[in-house]
Amino acid sequence: MNDTIAAISTSLGVGAISIIRVSGDDSIKIVNTIFKGQNLNLVDSHTIHYGHIVENEKIIDEVLVSVMRKPKTFTTEDVVEINCHGGITTTNKVLELLLMNGCRLAEPGEFTKRAFLNGRIDLLEAEAIGDLINSKSEKARIIAINQMQGKTSNMIRILRKKILEVLANIEVNIDYPEYEDILVMTNDIILPKIKEIENDIKEILNNSENGKIIKEGIKTIIIGRPNVGKSSLLNNLLDEEKAIVTDIAGTTRDIVEGQILIDGILLNLIDTAGIRKTDDIVEKIGVEKSYNLIEKANLIIYMLNNNEEINNEDIEILNKIKNKNYIVIINKMDLDNNLNIDKLSSLIDQNNIIMMCINKNIGIDRLKEKIKNMFNLEKLETEDYNFLTNARSISILKETLILISNIYISIEKNIPIDMVEIDIKKVWELLGEIIGETYQDELINQLFSQFCLGK
Amino acid sequence: MNYEVIVVGGGHAGCEASLACARKGHKTLLITGNINNIADMPCNPSIGGSAKGIVVREIDALGGEMGINADKSHIQIKMLNNAKGPAVQALRCQADKITYPKNMRETLNKQENLEIKEALVEDLIVENNKIRGVILENKDKIYSNAVILTTGTYLKADIMVGDTRRREGPHGEKPSNHLSDNLKKYGFKIIRLKTGTPQRIDKNTIDFSKTKVEYGDSIYHTFSFDTEPLYKIEEQVPCHLIYTTPVTHKIIKENLNKSSMYGGLNDITGVGPRYCPSIEDKIVRFADKERHQLFLEPESLYYDDIYIQGFSTSMPHDVQEKMVHSLPGLENAKILKYAYAIEYDAIDSLQLKPSLETKIIENLYTAGQINGTSGYEEAACQGLIAGINASLKLENKEPLILKRNEAYIGVLIDDLITKGVRDPYRLLTSRAEYRLLLRHDNADLRLRKLGYKVGLIDEKRYQKLLDKERDIERINETLKNNKITPKEEVNKYLIEIGSSPIKDGITLYDLLKRPEININHIKRFIYLSSNQDILQQVEINIKYAGYIEKANREAAKMVDLENKKIPIDIDYDNIHNLASEAKQKLKEVRPISIGQALRISGVNPADISILMIYLKKEYNYEHK
Repeated sequence: MNDTIAAISTSLGVGAISIIRVSGDDSIKIVNTIFKGQNLNLVDSHTIHYGHIVENEKIIDEVLVSVMRKPKTFTTEDVVEINCHGGITTTNKVLELLLMNGCRLAEPGEFTKRAFLNGRIDLLEAEAIGDLINSKSEKARIIAINQMQGKTSNMIRILRKKILEVLANIEVNIDYPEYEDILVMTNDIILPKIKEIENDIKEILNNSENGKIIKEGIKTIIIGRPNVGKSSLLNNLLDEEKAIVTDIAGTTRDIVEGQILIDGILLNLIDTAGIRKTDDIVEKIGVEKSYNLIEKANLIIYMLNNNEEINNEDIEILNKIKNKNYIVIINKMDLDNNLNIDKLSSLIDQNNIIMMCINKNIGIDRLKEKIKNMFNLEKLETEDYNFLTNARSISILKETLILISNIYISIEKNIPIDMVEIDIKKVWELLGEIIGETYQDELINQLFSQFCLGK
Repeated sequence: MNYEVIVVGGGHAGCEASLACARKGHKTLLITGNINNIADMPCNPSIGGSAKGIVVREIDALGGEMGINADKSHIQIKMLNNAKGPAVQALRCQADKITYPKNMRETLNKQENLEIKEALVEDLIVENNKIRGVILENKDKIYSNAVILTTGTYLKADIMVGDTRRREGPHGEKPSNHLSDNLKKYGFKIIRLKTGTPQRIDKNTIDFSKTKVEYGDSIYHTFSFDTEPLYKIEEQVPCHLIYTTPVTHKIIKENLNKSSMYGGLNDITGVGPRYCPSIEDKIVRFADKERHQLFLEPESLYYDDIYIQGFSTSMPHDVQEKMVHSLPGLENAKILKYAYAIEYDAIDSLQLKPSLETKIIENLYTAGQINGTSGYEEAACQGLIAGINASLKLENKEPLILKRNEAYIGVLIDDLITKGVRDPYRLLTSRAEYRLLLRHDNADLRLRKLGYKVGLIDEKRYQKLLDKERDIERINETLKNNKITPKEEVNKYLIEIGSSPIKDGITLYDLLKRPEININHIKRFIYLSSNQDILQQVEINIKYAGYIEKANREAAKMVDLENKKIPIDIDYDNIHNLASEAKQKLKEVRPISIGQALRISGVNPADISILMIYLKKEYNYEHK
């Protein structure tokens, strides 16, 4: 029996509709659990149904679902395709829901592989598929590593080490019960440690900036004085074909004016309701409020006019943004230079200054390049699995939190520690999966390096 | 002379192997270097322990001898991890080093179809990569259809003390000097391993008042599912606990360069076990530890040797004297035997099939320390499996291969043939992924049917198992079908035993799920006509149902992959796109299933996908 796999099968961000494909024995059953509309278990094969994807009664997206029963499907298994309309954020959310309900995220090329293994595809294509799987997974691996580099993966590594020490201690108590000098782990002792681990996981979930960026987009604000060219920039970036305008309330807490996709990187323009109309957010909402916005944003684009000197207000804001991700645009390079660039350079990092002439379409490419570099996501481009990798990590992290809630229940019930340990070990393994470390012998090594045992 | 099976070596592996073959009706010859050393325990005087004790139960369930023999021969027994869950409990006994081998020898002597011969084997007779027999030191040839090598630490054994190295086996026995060279000649990779043993002390020279006494359990236990206890609780002999002192540590640090392992000898290549380092290793590696725990274990009722567990060393004799005398209670102790380190040859276990038949020579099997393991129990279980599989092969039947979710024996053999060995391999509960399924208490339920199928469990013992299964089911049903209601007396009793009162009717089955309720409490509400063993099974299955279910689910995934077999004639060089490291590892291990392939370090899931595509293409392999 094959497990049921799911993945987004259209390139994310290109076109307004994304399709999630689900294949395997339980595909209809699983989709049905999150689908409000007709009972998919009862519908005819090769039919399309209108309805909503829901989570706890809350509507996530309005969808069309195609149900195709085996064997006349791409993979020769039961296949369901969900056409999502809500843009990247909701498509990812739907995928996450599927993963939470028993689907496994498909490996790169896995649908094709299944189609092949089930005899759907010509044998002669085997070699090509082999190449494909090889190259795709290698790329996926590099991306996964890149994506997780730095803070988050380090946090996971440290966390795993912490868990490993607890595990090794429990194991040594089991394998060497006669060693009286070794601390005997009890449920009372591990309880605070589990709390600590839980907090760490929650923190990773919250702080995983990269994850959030991929999942929700980069919260971006564009600010600057009136007539500096904010709306020109916005309109230039908002190439209507690529823009995904979402008006689904509740997907984020911030009001999203629009989403811009720059080579696969999603910019969420937050609280920019005023930009197009009054053209002066600072004036409209006041410095105080714009500071709040700056705090919330992942990216601040601050626009200056080449034709005007920097004033005190500018300096104040520049000082405020220089510890964040920011780009300072000097627009209107075609006008006379009245802005003291040396003075500006002394205030902020010169590398973050971009000269532009938006009306003449000069500097836009450099701005895009800069944004890509800034978020170290140049590898993301528009390949689907970058987003998937992340949905997967997040669903794994959520799974560990479910396990931890089981651990609390078991401790409360005073279940023997070696049973409680089963879930702790699983948390450790799952975290390993995120960063690609699942090496069983690690535990044995830890046992012998942490404790002195002998004959 | 002609035999069906020849077993070379009379240690714990050899005993089980020869008994299994003979009991299955095959004319068997056991060749040992010294008949008096059959089933000898050259190191610690104990059988069982964490994980190992469960292995002894598994041996018993399959029809092996170790459990029965230990029940006849111990002077103390206890259940380890009593306060923990059922999954990690295991028996450990202090076996009498005189009685244990004596009882085993008697069993061997009485066994039909089994002959014992005292000789040293020097070479094998091999024709067309198939074993035909063995050649003795005096060049005599003995023929057979299968050979099982269980040579223990005797292959090119060197005993090392301080700066001296002597070519001899334990007890000054003659080692086997040529067999490992000859194995190399046939294409076996030979690795060198090392282990050690501590001093033996005259018990009359120890002041036990300075030690902490460690008694056996005050309830009866047996390893075997078929024996009644043969000992008296009050007659058990205690062990004693002491600790090393700062003086001990000072002596060791000052003399470190005299230890064979730390400069005394500079030609040591053997890799020692991580799990039982010598005392000098411990003091170097755990420099900040103020003291190390030592157990004084009696070796026998019939002589005075006390074994100092935890004090193994390769220091010269004069330093050993000082070390021993620095221990509390041992100030005036007399050393009867000095500690030593031993180096020996073993084969690379990656050259074995899961049946323990070698990949190089057909009908040749190896078991025990020659495969790189350590410990009597690890050896015995391999001997049993090698014996069973050599016999099955002669009978043209499929080998018995235990999976990782079926037995610790399965875990051990799979680790050997999939991961290989770098230092002597000891079983640990941590090595088992599904240890909740691999319990002490259910070894018979897991394995007896297999023992019956291979012919080592007789009809009577098999019927006993079927009765037990029926009883478990019956009690289970009884508990499901009977309810208690919130009467005053019921709730009074529940509060009395520290539980909470019930508001509605509840089945006894659900009541037993409460952590604070045990099966004996249930007896208050209903008559359960069964023995404690069966009630315990029922209780464990109900109480830990959630965890057991989870383990079964995980195990089912593993079994699914185990069932995807890889053809034996596969040529990995023909598979393009396979990463070179994966290709090399796959060629070395030659896994029999996709599941095994996945456990090889260096083979990643992408490699497995490519492998499966290749199998489909070349072998019309079904992805089921």
